[in-house]
Amino acid sequence: MKSADGDTASDLRERTRTGTLETRATVAGALARARAVRAGRDGLNIFVSLDEKVVQQHAERAATQMSDTEPGVLFGVPVAIKDNIATLHHPTTCGSRILQGYVSPYEATVVRRLRDAGAIPFGKTNMDEFAMGSSTEHSAYGPTKNPIAPDRVPGGSSGGSAAAVAAGIVPIALGSETGGSVRQPAAFCGIVGVKPTYGRVSRFGLVAFASSLDQIGVFGATVDDAARGLHAIAGRDALDSTSVDVSVPEYPRAQARSIKGMIVGRPKEYFPDSLDPRIRERCDAALERLREQGAEIRDVSLPHTSFAIPVYYIVAPAEASSNLARFDGVRYGLRVEGDGLRGMYEATRSNGFGPEVTRRIMLGTYVLSAGYYDAYYRKAQQVRTLIAGDFGRVFSSGVDVLFTPTTPTPAFPIGAISDPYEMYLSDIFTATANLAGVPAMSQPIGRVEGLPVGGQFIAAHFEEEKMFTAAYALEHALGAEATS
Amino acid sequence: MTVTLDEVRHVAALARLGLTDERAGALVHEMNTILRHMDALSSIDTTGVEAAIGVGARGLPVRPDGGLPVPLARSLEAFAPAMRDGLLLVPRLATHETSEEE
Repeated sequence: MKSADGDTASDLRERTRTGTLETRATVAGALARARAVRAGRDGLNIFVSLDEKVVQQHAERAATQMSDTEPGVLFGVPVAIKDNIATLHHPTTCGSRILQGYVSPYEATVVRRLRDAGAIPFGKTNMDEFAMGSSTEHSAYGPTKNPIAPDRVPGGSSGGSAAAVAAGIVPIALGSETGGSVRQPAAFCGIVGVKPTYGRVSRFGLVAFASSLDQIGVFGATVDDAARGLHAIAGRDALDSTSVDVSVPEYPRAQARSIKGMIVGRPKEYFPDSLDPRIRERCDAALERLREQGAEIRDVSLPHTSFAIPVYYIVAPAEASSNLARFDGVRYGLRVEGDGLRGMYEATRSNGFGPEVTRRIMLGTYVLSAGYYDAYYRKAQQVRTLIAGDFGRVFSSGVDVLFTPTTPTPAFPIGAISDPYEMYLSDIFTATANLAGVPAMSQPIGRVEGLPVGGQFIAAHFEEEKMFTAAYALEHALGAEATS
Repeated sequence: MTVTLDEVRHVAALARLGLTDERAGALVHEMNTILRHMDALSSIDTTGVEAAIGVGARGLPVRPDGGLPVPLARSLEAFAPAMRDGLLLVPRLATHETSEEE
């Protein structure tokens, strides 16, 4: 899967740098591609806002970067942005009615870094409201459809960004992760999705959902696209105290490295008997390719894995119930009058939030309330320590990266899952990395009845480079097998 | 543990959410279904286990107790609903007070 005209980010940069492609033409091509695949509201419903004039202005500004100095790593590359990341010239609504029309007075650090790297911010993508969902069906703007199979969901919550890349409109898009919201849609749409280490990328300008879990991630049509995207946005930011001052390697250099001697762990808990046998088969084939390249495959155990979903769905709603308290009709967006001040709060929030957000605020408020805090929230945070300890033990035993399926099933039909807990189980193989704060990524490893299957690498804190080394090698070894 | 309709109404009040009777009833069922799965955690012995606070390699970083200057791209006047004497004016909240315009 490549962007409009089949270009990777690397191709686009090189053609722009050498003057054979103008940024205006790149943007015109991407806009034409968006029209051709029917990316609008009556088609795949990928974008929440896409102002062609604004995008062309960004293209003109990016073009001015061409000077005596070497242009940035994403020079001339259009990048779509999830609708919960603050931008100055498009609204930032988080897919919610409560923020309809809201335009941020400041810009997220990641967007500034994209522009500094020469990229062209390209519209805002649809998402599950406030990033709460695994299918992009819970958006005030309606569901996004999977470009590979339009009767199926693209995954979520960053489904619009994944679809923008999978449809070939842009080679790179930004998403956000709290429990798998980049990796799961990447797997469903047959592209690459990276969740960096907690602290690797600034969250300044990302609308908060669950602050101890949230992290901005990157989609790429290829491993190299994702590596370049992460390289552009990573690094310490004084505006986010949770971002960490650790040097950022040049991730694209990982493609020149060999995986000979690399130890790849295969955690048994991610390959349960109930796993779809076709997904197991694809994962086994990918592990065999890694072995052929010289990696050692080692069986390992992460014994607390099965508790990740209960822990996640206590911790994340608890933090969300606090973070979303700010949407009260006074300072942002929608305001619905009610009986007195309290009536105004209740009317605004009830009309502004959709059913999934309401459900999670209720759950979060309940588990933090007197009498239930110790039984639910404190207990969940203790088990979270055990889950993080599982990863710590495996990586300190010499394992370089772990390999697992990204999701237990391929993309499911739109409207097929109505039970909230069944939907939550979509995150069963991804939420662990968020709870432990470690980096992880998904890449295509084949298809089942035409639907993409994702394989996941997980590494220790700040070891994204090892993850990319393994991912480049696997992508190369699989070749066309990854998309067939 | 199971949630009752009264508890759902209490929690909704804490969360400043207005619920119709129908929605409140549905939430009793939905929350109980979800919380039943959460009860799996009670099977783990967590005696002596610290509750996670920061999960990054560097723990939970803290910053000085002061606000950072937010790099606004536009002046306050550009996005405030209204301003007077350098202060933001927001829509009046419904209280027992009478506004000076009335």
